[in-house]
Amino acid sequence: MGLEELVPDGILTTTVEKMVNWARRSSLWPATFGLACCAIEMMATSASRYDLARFGAEVFRASPRQADLMIVAGRVSKKMAPVLKRIYDQMPEPKWVISMGACASCGGIFNNYAIVQGVDTVVPVDVYVPGCPPRPEALIYGIMKLQEKIDNQRLKQPAPVAESEPPHIATETSSASA
Amino acid sequence: MATAISPEFKTITINMGPQHPSTHGVLRLVIELDGETVVSLKPVIGYLHTGMEKTMESKNYHKSITVTDRMDYLSPLGNNMAYVGAVEKLMNLEIPERAQVLRVILLELTRISSHLVWLGTHAIDLGAMSVFLYCFREREKLLDVNDMIAGSRLTPSYFRVGGFFQDVPDAFVPHVSKFLDEFPIALGEYQNLLSKNRIWMKRTIGVGVLSPEHAIDLCVTGPTLRGSGVRYDVRKAQPYSGYETYDFEVPLGRNGDVYDRYLCRIEEMKQSLSIVRQGLDRLRPGTVRCDNPYLFPADRTDVKLNMEELIYHFKIMSEGYSAPPGDAYFGIESPKGELGFYVVSDGGPIPHRTRVRPPSLINLQALEDMCVGRMVADTVACIGSIDIVLGEVDR
Repeated sequence: MGLEELVPDGILTTTVEKMVNWARRSSLWPATFGLACCAIEMMATSASRYDLARFGAEVFRASPRQADLMIVAGRVSKKMAPVLKRIYDQMPEPKWVISMGACASCGGIFNNYAIVQGVDTVVPVDVYVPGCPPRPEALIYGIMKLQEKIDNQRLKQPAPVAESEPPHIATETSSASA
Repeated sequence: MATAISPEFKTITINMGPQHPSTHGVLRLVIELDGETVVSLKPVIGYLHTGMEKTMESKNYHKSITVTDRMDYLSPLGNNMAYVGAVEKLMNLEIPERAQVLRVILLELTRISSHLVWLGTHAIDLGAMSVFLYCFREREKLLDVNDMIAGSRLTPSYFRVGGFFQDVPDAFVPHVSKFLDEFPIALGEYQNLLSKNRIWMKRTIGVGVLSPEHAIDLCVTGPTLRGSGVRYDVRKAQPYSGYETYDFEVPLGRNGDVYDRYLCRIEEMKQSLSIVRQGLDRLRPGTVRCDNPYLFPADRTDVKLNMEELIYHFKIMSEGYSAPPGDAYFGIESPKGELGFYVVSDGGPIPHRTRVRPPSLINLQALEDMCVGRMVADTVACIGSIDIVLGEVDR
């Protein structure tokens, strides 16, 4: 069948782009960026019952320099926003951001002087996970959505930013339409 | 880590946090070090300031219950209880027996689930990874209870002013009984892993000593206080929700170090189990709503058939209920210490002022005294042992 017949056993042909994307999507290393309630659900996601290791994303790194995924888990206060931006800047490219929960996505129930109304005003967000807090299943689904997104990334182009492409919203309805 | 060296080259100032895995959230510490010894330590708080007290001033009594869940997110029902307790005191309500017993059961289950997160994270900070996985295995069963009663794992908002909106489902009692049978075995596992573990003992015994006198001076409460051997538990001192009728011990430490606080919390979980067991025994069928028609929305079928019910439904959904003018303070023994709400009413449906007495914030004061003079690595053990939740510290 085509080219594969000519090469010896044990060799697969693919494109560099596919292989790089496969490698990137299969070992996402999140930075431990727990802020509030959602952080506890993020811990639950990585713990015994939900076991995020099944999706290759369980290596939570304390240093942003070793991480390529930032899960903003919880409400971002105005005092925390510059810190968040700085940690995002310290992460090496390529990097992705999941906004976990209502507070990180849009301020949630806290529409007041203290809370940033959506973390996408500070850093570009790839996937929004709704919920207050989202269940671990929802976070896992968000990570799977991000993996789909990484699969379709082009090597030559910069990673799509939030403004140019409507981000995935991990809900039941979007999975049905996808 | 930003560093600054003092002009005499004696000490060095380092910054720990706000993004640090061992500060249990977004606590920032500015530590002055002489070599590896802590000379001074200043917590910098406010990185999770949410403006909750202010938010509560613009929401009616019913809606504020939702806000309290997000404060100490490890014991959401404890926050619910402290808040609805204050409003109930203000409105002078009589809570039915079944609701009181259910509250005690749920509060003690929440205490266990909060202590499990404390144990898991405290152990992971000191290098014992597996305890975390075991603790979360048990905690999931407790979150299932929240899921069952309220449909939400972490933020149930289940308590209402005047009791509960609805009774627990039929599967509640069998589920909790099953947990009561399984949990002592799991608790034994944690103790096997830690209590006589040489590394654990070396990292915790004699570390972060807080003298009883000093603890009282700093207004420290909860297991952090009782680890120093002071007998103060709000459940015994100012009983609420019928705690005076339950038979339980208040575990006390002797030396006031990290290890004693660890033992106190482990023992507290056992006592909580016993309280839950007593609660299940005295659970009788009955109503869970107090006898005040203005607190709960009307029945759905009545709303569709009856004009008065519809008006009443509209009133309670748009405006809520009012409390008489006055003020009330209500404190409970949350897993962290004495959690109190002080509510001032001007007679309207929205509180004039709500003030929280957060145990984590006040316990955090003791951190400097625990850490000064010890190695920087002991700081991590001390932070874990006072069991702070930054959502509550900063509010």
